[in-house]
Amino acid sequence: MPKLLIRNGRVMDPASGMDRAADVLIKSGLIVRIEPNIQATGAITFDAGGLVVAPGFIDLHTHLREPGYEHAETIETGSRAAAAGGFTSVCAMPNTRPVNDDAAVTRYILEQAERFAITNVFPVGAITENSEGERLASIGSMKAAGAVAISDDGQPVMNSRVMRRAMEFARAFDVAVIDHCEDLNLSAGGDMHEGEQSVRLGLRGIPSVAEEIMVARDLLLVELTGARLHVAHVSSARSLAMIADARRRGLPVTCEVTPHHIALCDADVVNYDSNFKMKPPLGSAADREALLEGIAAGVVDAIATDHAPHPGSEKMQEFEKCPFGVIGLETALGVALKVLVHTGRISLMRLIELFTAGPARVLGINRGRLEPGAVADLTIFDPELVWTYDVNRSCSKSKNSPFDGWTFRGGPVATVVKGRIVWQRSQERG
Amino acid sequence: MRAGLLGIEPLDRTEIEAVLERAKAFQPAQNQPFVKLDTLRGKMIVNLFFEASTRTRTSFEIAARRLGADAISITAAGSSLAKGESLVDTLNTLAAMRPDAIVMRHSASGAPHFLARHLPIPIINAGDGTHEHPTQALLDARTILDHRPTLEGLRVAIIGDIVHSRVARSNIFLLSKFNAEIVLCGPASLAPPELARIAPGVSITYDMREAIRGADVIMMLRVQLERQQEAAFPPDEYFQFYGLRLEHLELAKPDAIVMHPGPINRGREISSEVADSQRSVILNQVENGVAVRMAVLERILG
Repeated sequence: MPKLLIRNGRVMDPASGMDRAADVLIKSGLIVRIEPNIQATGAITFDAGGLVVAPGFIDLHTHLREPGYEHAETIETGSRAAAAGGFTSVCAMPNTRPVNDDAAVTRYILEQAERFAITNVFPVGAITENSEGERLASIGSMKAAGAVAISDDGQPVMNSRVMRRAMEFARAFDVAVIDHCEDLNLSAGGDMHEGEQSVRLGLRGIPSVAEEIMVARDLLLVELTGARLHVAHVSSARSLAMIADARRRGLPVTCEVTPHHIALCDADVVNYDSNFKMKPPLGSAADREALLEGIAAGVVDAIATDHAPHPGSEKMQEFEKCPFGVIGLETALGVALKVLVHTGRISLMRLIELFTAGPARVLGINRGRLEPGAVADLTIFDPELVWTYDVNRSCSKSKNSPFDGWTFRGGPVATVVKGRIVWQRSQERG
Repeated sequence: MRAGLLGIEPLDRTEIEAVLERAKAFQPAQNQPFVKLDTLRGKMIVNLFFEASTRTRTSFEIAARRLGADAISITAAGSSLAKGESLVDTLNTLAAMRPDAIVMRHSASGAPHFLARHLPIPIINAGDGTHEHPTQALLDARTILDHRPTLEGLRVAIIGDIVHSRVARSNIFLLSKFNAEIVLCGPASLAPPELARIAPGVSITYDMREAIRGADVIMMLRVQLERQQEAAFPPDEYFQFYGLRLEHLELAKPDAIVMHPGPINRGREISSEVADSQRSVILNQVENGVAVRMAVLERILG
């Protein structure tokens, strides 16, 4: 593989605090040097003048749908959407068919990724067999096969005794337990956040306490077991307050929020558009404000997309019949810049941290930083590029985005995975 | 309204007034046989009923025919609708039939909005899930105006299963636009506090006597057991606390009227004595159903 020299960029690395104009020299998939005016004969050069060169973005929460639901997304198409969004790594959620609940499935995902993915794929294993919430999955062998965390995302473990055992096991193997916090009895039958808008539209509500009760339970179990807990897609103000309190008390708890929960709220669910239907549902405006403040205050570790592809045929139904979930890989950076940086709530450096060092810390993986010797995963973006999202041109197989037609300032320009440019914005996309 | 009628909420007051005024002209005259009009001659209206309905469907059919339109009804039983055809396939079939308007009832909130987004044909919502039933609210307003000079400032009690009621929502939106004082009443599980915030002038009480005191209009709602996920109240206690009986009427204004969208469950939400009393205008509501739907069809297609 020839050397790659990324020239004249603004190199920003939250892990080390570096923010300076420099070149980045990459050889054999690793970063060799980061300094101004590097001379490298024979290297392919990429002119990053006016662009930000950051560690490769890591998405903690991606549904690649393979194996089993390839009509919605595949490892290949999902990784292309990821690269187009500036992500160099995605964590593949285990709710595939079969569920990723043993090492054979984990290995299959990694082999498929090796052949077809243009980004890194980190599998997340299930907590219980078939995510049924009863018997523990083979957590140790999945970890050995390459799983980076465990989760029964979407079908959360209701039985607190099982969750306790899972946490004890996870602690022994030092893997994070990612929980989609939802009391399925309280949320049953609901289609959107329970509040004024659900009552107005005549849609059944999912109360915020459905999330909060499970966050509270999990935090108590963390105190009991000492396991590392990562709360997925926090959507409620009270959930975040409980997490902040647990962190103050020194508990090993991290959390993520999605771009859609900080850009939208339940009042945006109008005209029964199923591209605004997801779990957890879009919360109240006050919930959204609390999430934005939590990010600024440092309570939130990562922005994660919860990219959940569903084909048009499944989203073209009565609202109550449509499945939950929206895609989000390609719009994550644009949305985050819009609601967090352009509004002055956080710095650009902090934003990059939420996509890089933050998620790497959650998983405990050696990624998300720029330094000699590190794997050359880089996200190159233009903080001033004005572009409009057209979901019909998405790399994803599915088109269920609430951000279709949105115009953003700032977006990915090139994505480098293990030293290779795997995606570049074409000029006409501009 | 030319694009259709999906709900009362987006309408403005003058449009509602125009429909109510026009409906008056279509009310049955004393002992006069109805003369069929040809306002909508050559127009085809499809009544698409995914949910069982007798009075709304027949009332739309009669309204269409009195205006000279061709009306065909497709009902769930015995059609492809009952055979699991998806809404999007139904939509394509309908588009090929090229009707001039579609009257639609569906068990899912927002189903007509879905159709309206994808079809360039006016859609008239004849009841969608637990959302709206706009022509019911219009006929209720027409009925009130047959007994009161104005809707302005009236005190209207709406009692029963509010959260599951599309009739309640449409009436709340309509009456609120005319500055009525709207008091909602039902068991707490069926009358969540957020309802008071969906329109101005709405309050909630869990005490039926409180709701009825000083009311000009008492609207009773049908208990919709089929829409409840689990028993939201002990069924045997419902009539005791939220059923309308003669003794309640003494609390209302002396000339207060009692309304019910039907079909009524005698002995569950309303006693037979009240349903059959002089105060009850339930049959006027049915009569006004045709008149109001004629006015709506004429406004959309005329």
